[in-house]
This record gives sequence, C-alpha cells and structure tokens, in this order.
Amino acid sequence: MIGEASSAKVHGLHLGIVALLLVLNFILPDYHQSLLSRILVLSVFAMGYNLLFGYVGLLSLGHAMFFSAGLYGAGLAVAHLGWSVPAAFAGGLVCGALLSLVIGVLALRTIGVAFMIVTMMFSQAFFLTILYFAAWTGGDQGVVVPQAGRILHLGALSFDLVDPTVRFIAALVLFSICLFVTTAIIRSRHGRVLVAIRENEERTRMLGYDIFANKLAAVVVSGTICAAAGAAYALLFGYVGSNFASIQYSILPLLWVLLGGAATTLGPLVGTLVMYYVIDITSFYTSAYLLIVGVFLILLVLFFPKGILGTIRQRWLGWLP
Amino acid sequence: MKPLLTTKTLSRDFGGLRAVDNVDFSLMPGEIRAIIGPNGAGKTTFVSLVCGRIEPSAGTVAFDGADITRLPAHRRVRLGIAYTFQVTSIFAGLSAYDNVVLPVQRTLGDGRGKGAVRAATMDALDRVGLAQRAATPAGQLAYGHQRLLEVAMGLALKPRLLILDEPTQGLSDAEIDSFIPLVRGIAKDATVLIIEHNMQVVMELAHRITVFNAGKILAEGTPEQIRGNEAVQDAYLGTAHG
Amino acid sequence: MAFGPHLLLAVLEGLVSAAVLSLTALGLSLVFGVMRVVNIAHGELFMLGAVLAWAISNAVGGPPALGFLAALVLAPLIVGAVALVAERLVLRRLHYEPQATIVATIGLLYIIQQMALTFYGPEARPVPPPFNIRIALPWFGYSGYKLSIVAASALVLLATWLVLTRTRIGLVMRATQYDRETAQAFGIPVDRVYAGVFALGAMLAAIAAVLIVPISQAHYLMGQDPLLLSFIVVIIGGLGSLRGTVVAAVLIGLSDGIVSMFFSPTLAKIIATLIVAMVLVFRPQGLFGTPTR
Repeated sequence: MIGEASSAKVHGLHLGIVALLLVLNFILPDYHQSLLSRILVLSVFAMGYNLLFGYVGLLSLGHAMFFSAGLYGAGLAVAHLGWSVPAAFAGGLVCGALLSLVIGVLALRTIGVAFMIVTMMFSQAFFLTILYFAAWTGGDQGVVVPQAGRILHLGALSFDLVDPTVRFIAALVLFSICLFVTTAIIRSRHGRVLVAIRENEERTRMLGYDIFANKLAAVVVSGTICAAAGAAYALLFGYVGSNFASIQYSILPLLWVLLGGAATTLGPLVGTLVMYYVIDITSFYTSAYLLIVGVFLILLVLFFPKGILGTIRQRWLGWLP
Repeated sequence: MKPLLTTKTLSRDFGGLRAVDNVDFSLMPGEIRAIIGPNGAGKTTFVSLVCGRIEPSAGTVAFDGADITRLPAHRRVRLGIAYTFQVTSIFAGLSAYDNVVLPVQRTLGDGRGKGAVRAATMDALDRVGLAQRAATPAGQLAYGHQRLLEVAMGLALKPRLLILDEPTQGLSDAEIDSFIPLVRGIAKDATVLIIEHNMQVVMELAHRITVFNAGKILAEGTPEQIRGNEAVQDAYLGTAHG
Repeated sequence: MAFGPHLLLAVLEGLVSAAVLSLTALGLSLVFGVMRVVNIAHGELFMLGAVLAWAISNAVGGPPALGFLAALVLAPLIVGAVALVAERLVLRRLHYEPQATIVATIGLLYIIQQMALTFYGPEARPVPPPFNIRIALPWFGYSGYKLSIVAASALVLLATWLVLTRTRIGLVMRATQYDRETAQAFGIPVDRVYAGVFALGAMLAAIAAVLIVPISQAHYLMGQDPLLLSFIVVIIGGLGSLRGTVVAAVLIGLSDGIVSMFFSPTLAKIIATLIVAMVLVFRPQGLFGTPTR
C-alpha cells in the first residue's frame, strides 16, 4: 500500500539505483553504455505511461503520440528552426503538454474499452499526419538532427550531447528527475486520489473528488513526461522518424510496464531493461522481434499480471515503492 | 426554520418504468428521517437523485435554499451531502485507515500537517468502533465492519446531511444495538436520512418517517402516526419482515 | 475519362471494397456482439487468410480456378482453427476480461504477423484470379471477377443471416448475446458458443481475404487497413447487427473508394480515423457502453 514505506527507505533505494547507474557509465563497454543510455530515456517514457496505467488504471493505446510530440517538437526545432538545446527541449515539453490536454479532454469522456480504442485512433491519426506532412517531418525517412545543434550550452560550459559519456549522464539526469517527480506525485495526496479512482471510481466521486479533473491532470502529467522522453531522445540520439509515432511505440511502453511491474516506481526501468536485452539477444536468431513482444504480452497477461517488481513486492518486499 | 433539503416534482424514468414519480419532499435540519417502503419502491433511486449519482428526468432538488439539480455529484458532496452505499463500496485493497484518510484529506483542505490528518482519521474510526482495526485491509474486514467503515467515511466528510442506505443490512443483533446510539450521536451534528427495512431501528431512531411505494410518497409522519396508518399497513407493514 | 464514368468506376471499386469489408467487419461485430471482446488481431486473421490462399493455390497447381477454390474452402477452415486455439488457450483463461483480452489480442497480432513475416516473407505475392472475364461497359472494361466478389460476398452474408435467424445455432448465439447468464441458466453451453463465434468471426475475415487476394496481393502487413476499416464499420453500424454492419460497410466502402480516388489515401485515412474517435467520444453509449440487456 502506498505511503507505507518510510521516505528514507524509498529515497534511499532510488538514490542507490541512480548511484549504481552512474557507476555503470564508467565500467560498461561502449556498446552497452550506449544501449543503457537509450534504455534510460525510454524508461522515462515507460514511467510516464505507468503513471496513467499503473496508478490510475487507464489503459491508453496511444501514448506514442505524446512521445512523438516531444520527439518531433524538439528534433524539428533544432533541425529546421535552429533552436538551442534547452529551448528545443522546452518546446518538446510544451507540445506534449498541449497535445495531452486536448486528447485528455476528448478521450476522458469515454471509459474502458472505448478509451483504449479512442486513444489508439487519435495516435493513428497523429502518425498518419506525420506521414502526410512529409515535407517537414521527413515522412518515414525521418529527419536527422544535426550534431552541431546538439551541444548544450550552460553559461560558460558546453556539453556535446553526441559524446557517449555526456549523453549517458544527460539521460541519467533526466531519468533521476522523472523518477523523483513521479515518486513525489504518487506519495502525495493527489497520488492517493488517483489510486482511489483506480480502485473504486464511484466511491471516490462520492467522497467529493472531481474525477474528471483528477484524471485529466494525470493524463497531462503522463503525456508531458512521455514528451520529455521523446524530446530527450531526439536531442541525445539525433534522429526523429515516423516509426516512433506508430502503434508499436504505443504497445511497447505497455509491455515494459507490465513486465517490470505496473504501479511500482522502478518497474518501468526494469521492464525496459529486460525487454531490450531479451530482444538484443534474440535478434541474433531472428529479425521477427515483434514475435517476442507478442509472446511476452500474452504470457504476462495470462500468468504474471503483476510483472517482476510487482510479484517481488507481493511476495517478499512489501515496502517496495 | 428553513428546510435543509427539498425536492419538487422529482421524477426519474428508466425506459418505461417510472421509478420515482413526482416526489415533493422536505427535510428539516437536525431531523432523523427514515425512508421505508417495499423493495422496488424507489427509495434508493430517490436518494441517488438527491446526492447526484443519477440525473432526474424531471423536477428539482434544493439544498439549503440553493438549487442543486444540475450540480454534479462531487460538488454536492462538497456542499455537505454524504452518501453511504447500499451495496458496500469501499476500497478493499486499502487499509481501513487509508479508506478514511481519503475523505479526511479533502475536508481538511489545505494539507495541514500529517498530525491533523491522523487525528481526524482515527477519530472517525473511533466513533464507529474500528480504531483497533485501522491497519486491516478493508477487504478482510467482516461484513458488518465494512458497513461501519462506510459510515466512518461518511462521518469523515463532516457532512450536513448524511444519507445512510440500508446501513444495518447484514449486521448482527449486537452490532445493530450499538448502531442506534451511533446514529443518535451523528444526528447531533448532522441531519440524517436513513433508508431502512429494520422496523425496530426505524421506530427507535426516526423523528419522522416517509413511506415510499411505487415511486410515490404514500405517507409521512411520526412513528406513531405511521404505525397506525392503514394504507401503510396494507402496502408494507402488514407483509413486512424485520 | 470524363467525370461521370470516373465516378462510376469509383463506385464500382467502392462496392467491391464494401463487399469485402462487410464480411470482415461482420466477423469483428459478431465477436464483439456475442462475447464483448474486441479482437485487435482480427486484421491479422484476415491477412492469414490471404497468405494461406497464396500457399494453397500455389501448392494445388493446375488451372487457377482449382487452386482458388481449394483456397476458398481450406483457408477459412485453417484460420478458424487458429482462432479456436487462441480462444481456448488464452482468451478463455482470461475470462474475457476486457483490458486483459485486448492486451492478449495485441500479443496475438504480433505473433501472427511475425510468423507470416518469417515463413511467408516480406514480399507481396499475387494470386491468379479463378477467371479473367472482362465485362465491357460503354466507357471502360471492368473485371468480371471483381463483380463476382460482390456476388459471393452477398451470398455469404445471406447465408450468415439465414443461420443467425433461421437455425437453432443462430438462436443460441443470439440468446447468448442478449443475456449470457440466462442463456447459461437455460443450459446453453456458453463456452462452446463463444468458441464457435470466435472461430466464425475469423473465418468470415478469411473468406473476405481469399476473395480479395486475386486483385490485391498477399502481404504480411495487409491486415492493418482492414482492421481500422472494420472498427469504423462496427462502431457506426452497430454491434452484432448484421443489417447495420452491411449498411455501414457499403457507406464506408463507397466513400473510402471514392475519396481515395479523388484525394490522397493518407488524408482519407486520417479523416476516417478521426471520425471513429469522435463518434466514440461523443456517443460513448453507442457501442462500447453498457451491455445490451
């Protein structure tokens, strides 16, 4: 149950993980360091998804559009408009926030299965729109974000985001901030209300809570965090492409969260990490990696709905946040 | 004294069925009013219209002089109307304490220190006698205790009107005996509207009784008046249990 | 070509699309109507039908009509069997819980799609139509086979309608759709009805795919568009209603055909997708709201 673990334990655990990740930066060989940077950014995407899916209980099949809003917002701002890194990142965030506000207002009028379908449809429309305006977005070829534009200037200091170590640290900073933010939200009063809505919406309404406003806030926060991941991805890895807006990238965060453990703070990281390495290893044998995704989804939903950390929390470590 | 709650020609249709039919109702502050009537008479539908869970097909509801007919349910709760569900509706996965914290944290408004929240929560639990069980997951509580948890959640809202929908259903005799003074205690701070089938509870607690039948109000009066009312006896008391 | 004949061509093309779409959408609609299950893998079952049609007609050799007929009979049966296995192994174990079922059918989607990629490959392959008659209209020649698709689809729809309304099996299906608990109380084996309906839905999609594959090639990604279009039809036409599905399919098939001929197909898809979303948003009780009772 939320709030049961003391702050000290929770923050201690999170700080420990961050410290471990920092150390890994210096030990890991290049390939794994690069892969881990990618995993860290994508696990932020998963964290945003987890907020809505794990804690509020809303299953969206359209989160690719929020990630892409950030991705294209930041990437195109640098590539076409020459914006600086911080400005582009902020631009990506704003795109994500606005889009999630609009989508939230519309989609939250539906419930259950209809919500899933509506989010999926809006995301599809977004994807097709990116293809339609290929002149700006590069269509399915995508757009490369020039390396010159990916240097972060902070006062007198310059950080070249192309450099693998700088990139890793940047990804880790993003990850740590989002981990802290989502944990704070979950442990707050607002977080309790979100869980209450998930557990018994009608009851929560009759305790005087505005269900729509609370859900909308959750959608916007979730969408903005996913957009942050997208914006970071564009700036750190230098490429924006339409496949990030395809339905696949709406399914992947669901898979990562289910695997790692929905409604746990570290589940998104664990799920993304495990899935990436599973696919990495199996890609030696087959290019049909979505097959693995499909099998995992079915096995998870049939036998391990709580995921890795969820099961650990249930069986052994009840205080796991 | 002005009535706390009034309804005028309040009606609700479900397809072809008129569940609540042109009901004019009035409730004074400080009353304990019991609503009785056979199954299907429209009692729960009526109170659901009052607290906003469902919308009326016609008519109006006014609370403390203001028209609340169009007001959504959560806003009515904030005005001071609290409802405990006929079919127990608690957060089974949360502890009894966490269940009550939810209404408490809202009524205390500005996130005053954890101490105030804790005190208010334990107080509500204590009043219904669940203080010992604060840490128990609500889903593991005995049925009677779950009903009491509902009441605690209602109390924690510090309501002006507390609506209890068949609160003693499923309680043992001993539990019902301790329920009666609990409601009397609540009535010192709030107006109580209670739907009940248990006649003993009704006769002991109610200041006035409203009898529903087939969506309409059949009779209204003091317990003695109702006991002696022939139409009521025909429709309900004659064939009633409890 | 002048506008009039161009429009006629578009209408004919739209009718062919509508014919195939009504079968596919009916499959989805029946499954949702009776089982309350949204089968996201429905498009992949369609694709599987097409891919199997290629495999079978290739294996059978001889005149194309023979291979086509074999495909028309065998492909739906195989696809139905696949659906049955999925229903028994997975969906039943989830007790058809809406969220879990959708996730599971997404998994199924990827499995079927990627198996096709692995065993069939990424290429698009044609299947020869059973006959090559061209009907000479005053302005242009039109494929006789395409017209026969419309006829075949109409036949299958009629047959399905007859089964649903005139046979005991159909009555059992409709009873289960209307009120599952009462149907169970009356001794109807609801589990078996569900399995049957799920297989039937898949078979309808497969038949539609076999019909269309001679004029559009078999490709492992060809399930995506039919899925979207079927959704639109089901949402607009009404769940489980055969009449509504056919009407909506005709409307959408025609408009899709016409719009695609005069405007960019991508734009047409964008508009179609947004329409589906908006219908669901502003008529939430329309399809996925409270169950019929």
